[in-house]
Formats: sequence, C-alpha cells, structure tokens
Amino acid sequence: MDSVLEELQSIFRDVLDQPNLKLTRESNADNVDDWDSLSHINLVTSIEQRYRIKFALGELQELKDVGDMIDLINVKIAAR
Amino acid sequence: MHELLLKRKSLRRQLSAAEGLQPVRIAILGGSTTNEVADLLEIFLLASGIQPVFHHSEYGRYYEDAVLDPADLIAFNPAIVYLHTSYLNVQAVPPVDCSEQEFRKHVEAEIGRYRQIWESIERNLSAQIIQNNFELPPFAVLGNLDAVSLGGTSRFFLALNAEFAAAAARNPRLLVQDIHGISARIGLSRWFDWDRYFSYKILMTTEGNVAVARSLSSLVRAIYGKSRKVLVLDLDNTIWGGVIGDDGVEKIQIGRETPVAEAYTAFQEYCLSLHKRGILLAVCSKNNEEVAKQGFEHPDSVLKLEHISCFKANWEPKHENLLAIARELNLGVESFVFVDDNPAERAIVEAQIAGIAVPNIGNEVSRYAAIIEEGRYFEAISMSEEDLTRAALYRSNSERANLEVKFANYGEYLDSLEMSAEIERFKPLYLERIAQLTNKTNQFNVTTRRYTLAEMEAILRDERYIGLYGKLSDRFGDNGLISIVLGRRELDLLHLDLWLMSCRVLKRDMELAMLDVLVENARAASIATLRGYYLPTRKNGMVADHYEKLGFERDSLDPDSKSSVWTLDLQTYTPRNRHIRILEPVHG
Repeated sequence: MDSVLEELQSIFRDVLDQPNLKLTRESNADNVDDWDSLSHINLVTSIEQRYRIKFALGELQELKDVGDMIDLINVKIAAR
Repeated sequence: MHELLLKRKSLRRQLSAAEGLQPVRIAILGGSTTNEVADLLEIFLLASGIQPVFHHSEYGRYYEDAVLDPADLIAFNPAIVYLHTSYLNVQAVPPVDCSEQEFRKHVEAEIGRYRQIWESIERNLSAQIIQNNFELPPFAVLGNLDAVSLGGTSRFFLALNAEFAAAAARNPRLLVQDIHGISARIGLSRWFDWDRYFSYKILMTTEGNVAVARSLSSLVRAIYGKSRKVLVLDLDNTIWGGVIGDDGVEKIQIGRETPVAEAYTAFQEYCLSLHKRGILLAVCSKNNEEVAKQGFEHPDSVLKLEHISCFKANWEPKHENLLAIARELNLGVESFVFVDDNPAERAIVEAQIAGIAVPNIGNEVSRYAAIIEEGRYFEAISMSEEDLTRAALYRSNSERANLEVKFANYGEYLDSLEMSAEIERFKPLYLERIAQLTNKTNQFNVTTRRYTLAEMEAILRDERYIGLYGKLSDRFGDNGLISIVLGRRELDLLHLDLWLMSCRVLKRDMELAMLDVLVENARAASIATLRGYYLPTRKNGMVADHYEKLGFERDSLDPDSKSSVWTLDLQTYTPRNRHIRILEPVHG
C-alpha cells in the first residue's frame, strides 16, 4: 500500500472515528460514511498539519476522490 | 493540539461514557461558523463532568434568532447563551474622517444592537449570557494612528470593548469572554485563518478555537462553581532551583543573583499573585519537612510559610499527600491544580487521582506560569466580597503609578519609596554574587578591581578586611544585592580597595547608607581614618567626585593619570543617611 494512502487511512480512521475504515484511491465523500462537510474541514486541517503543507484556495474543490488528493499531497510534499 | 484535533470523535465517545455527567443546555448564537468551537468546548466540558447539549443559531443570525424570532431559542430553553461574534459582524465602522459626535453615534448604534440581544434573552429566558468582546481587527490601515484617530478601526473596537465591560459590570446576567486578551496572547497572525474563512466561513485557526473553547469551558465551570481553588506546589526545581536537601538552603536558586534565580523568583511572584486573589497555596514535596521549610525562610524567597495553607513534606507517595491535603482543607481534589517539574510524579498523580488538574509544565521555569495560565483553571465570574477585601489589603497599582508626580522635593520622593537596606559584612551565601558584581560593574566603580570567587573566599577569611554588601528594597520590590565596599586595614587606617554600586539604584542615597555602616564597622575596629582611591577608566567618570560628595578631603591628584586619593577622618563623622531604613542584622 502506498505510504501516503496508508497515512491518510489512519487520519480518516481517527477523524471519522471508524477504526476499521478501508481507504482506497477510489474513496470519495459519497462512498465513505460520515465524510460530510464538517468532517471534511477536520480532515483537511489534520492532513495539513501532518504534512506541514497548505492547500491553496480552490485546490480541493477540483479533487474527485482520495487518489486525486494523494497526488496533490505528493506534489506539495515535493515542493516543500 | 494535533491529537485533540485528530481524535476528537473518539475522545468525545470515551468521555461521554462516564457516569454522573451533569447535562447543561448551551445555545450558541454565532456570527460565523461555530461548529469547531462547539466540538472543542464539548470535549473540555466532558472532561470536567459536564455534558453539554447544543443549539446553534442559523449561520450568522445571532441577532435575528435572539431578537426578532426567538421562538426556537425559547423552546430550547438553554441555561447558557453564548454570543460568539467577531469584528466582521459589526454593521458600520466609523469613516476615516469621523467626528467625535459621529464616533459616539457609531459606538451607540453597535452597542444598541447588542443591548437588544441581551435584553431579549433576559426577558425570554432565565439563561446566563456569555458575550465575547472583540479581537483587534486584522488590519490597521491607519498604522499607529488606527488606535488613536476617531476614524481608526482599532480605536473603535477598543471603545466597544469598554462598553461591553461597563455593561457586564452592571449586569450579573452578562459575562464577558475576553477574546481581545485571548487573541492577543496567541497573536493575530495565528488567530485569523483567511483560507478557512473564505472556504468554510470559519474565521479562526484551530489554535484560536482551542483557546476560545478552553476559556469558555472555564467560564461554564465557574458558573457551576467548579473552578479550581488550590495550587499545590512541589518544591525542588519547581519553586526554587536545586535540591534543598542536597545543596542546602544557601545554594538553592532564588533571588536576583542569577538568571535562573530570577526566573524562580518570577514564578514565586506569580504564585503569590494567585494567593492575593484568593487561591489557596499548598505544598506537596518529597523532602524532610524541617529542611523544606528552610527554603521559605531564605531571605529572597517571595513565598513565605504564612502563604501556605497546608504543608506536606515527607517521603510518602504524592497522591496520598494530596488526598491528605484535601481532607485538611476540606476541599475536593477536583479543585486542585498540582504543579511538579518531575514527569514521573505528574504521571502517577494524574493516574491515581481523578479530577485533579496536572498541567505539563515541562522543566523550564520561565515557562511554568504561562503554561498554568493556558489551563484557565482559576476562572471566577465575579470577585467575591471576600476576594475583594483581601485584594484591598494590597496597594493598588494606580497608587504606584501616580507616585512620582506629587512631591515637593527629592527627599520627600525618596521617603515615599519606603526604602530599607540590609548592609552587613560579607557572608558565604552572597560571595558568588559579590565576585560577579566586581566583574561586571563598570560605571559606579571607583577602582574597577576585579576579584574571583576564590579571592573573595580568601578575603572572607582574612581579618584585615572589612567587606560590606548592601541590599536595597523599596515599596516596589527587592533590588537585590547592589553595592559592595571593601576596606583593607593597615594599623588604624582603612584603605578602600573597592566601592561599587549597580546603576539600577543610582540617586537613592544608598552610598550614604553604605558609608554610615562602614564608619560604624571601622570605629568598632578602632580605625581612625578611611582612605579612598579613584582610578579613572573610560567608563567610571560618574564617580570622579564620589569621595568629594561623601565629605572626604583630597590628598593628592596625579596630573597624568588623573587618579586621586581621598581621606575621611572618623572622629568628626556624623551619619548622613536620612531616607533609608537600615535593617538590624539578623545575627551577629
């Protein structure tokens, strides 16, 4: 399993309080329980803190699933 | 903070499972998105045994939901209404070219809206109102003038905050949460989060919301009488540096002589300020009781035994001593804050005693007070009669600030300082400081001779020397050890090898007090004459006339080096000091 995906799974499990959640590159707000707008904010803030990155305004709206998110995180980490 | 954010949900689940939680209904009327602050508040309250039940106003409709359409609010029947507004919710800030009259009108208009909200809540509900005041605006477009000019936004918000304070002082139903202070302590650059605001209408950073939620939970605890009342202190490396049992009282770090000692003194002063506002202080230390108590008799200890309500120094486990303190004070341990630099002691106390607060103060004394402050343990919703009478015993700050202006002459000013000095022969306790002063004092220093600690130790044992140190206190506090005179005897003549003073006590007549005591000591040793030397350096010009001012006669002046020799005949000397009370020596 890709290391960023693995870490995201751990963050999602904590924030959503779902210890058995299986996250894949295809996961999105429609197929993950409780991934609503409020938990989305918590997820984003936690990810930003974990990787010491900052998503720019509007960047997140363009993502359609966790796979897109991982790609964006990798770009940000490389540019860090 | 990272943990708190990440594990919010599971924390809430675990804490909610506790038994006997007290349900409290809290309505939040917000000017921006309030979910995050409510989430965090819930966790803090659950940890204090309170289960909050929330009602949120519609987004941004804090005014409408309170004044125009309060039916939902009334139906919810909250015990507490929290009005969470920010600078963004102000309807109209004064124009840049604002007149005095216009400024008042703008303040009135804004305050009027809040008054309507508070009155409507008071009329319709029996709830306690918590209203936060305003942080400063993120931009000061007028620069420094922003806080001064009538058209300055900063000035406008400061005026609104003053109105909030006045309204809360008149109305026990209204409590102000001081977001102005909270945001300042965090820093505005870490307070506002514009990305989150533009994306989700959350104005503040998580850090900001954590601080707001923590302060809010303290207010709620205070409303329900659950504020903490006792500060329990460890001793070694907590309120003084070093281990008193190993090092002895003369070696512990407290006072003004080293940076570390200064930091411990500052922390003791913080503890004393809590005591003055009515917080009880207790001691819980692994120590021999008799030895531990000596630390409070150290001349520089700010905390005295009289400030300690309960003193436990023994070798029993700390959690057992804490329970004993609770029994003796007749207070619950959940009203205790336990402060200890030792992480192992903190861990065991936290594990053994439910409900006690054990802040992780780390091990840097300069951070202790700030870390305790962050916990907001001792919140009060008002100062009780008892607190106030206690506080009145202490001089008010405004009295001090006005001090300098009202004196007919300088002598009267000096008298008003209520100075007292301890001027005594060198003691082992102070030798380090004495040697240090000889090495760092350059201006008020007639000979600029430097001494090592070893040399001073030799001098202490040598009967030819009369060495005096001076410590000066005034009504504003202790200035520490600030002056040294060292005389070397030759028959009935005393050569003054050294006379120096720290510049922080210039023009206090301390040199007259030193001379009086020096003459006393010299006479007791059958010395007839004092001989002073001035050796000029690039820095000590201020003491060129030191001996002349003290009434010495000049014997000689070297035309090249400009150094001079001075003599004082002790037969005709009369005491000079008029303004400093000399403390009687404690012993000898």
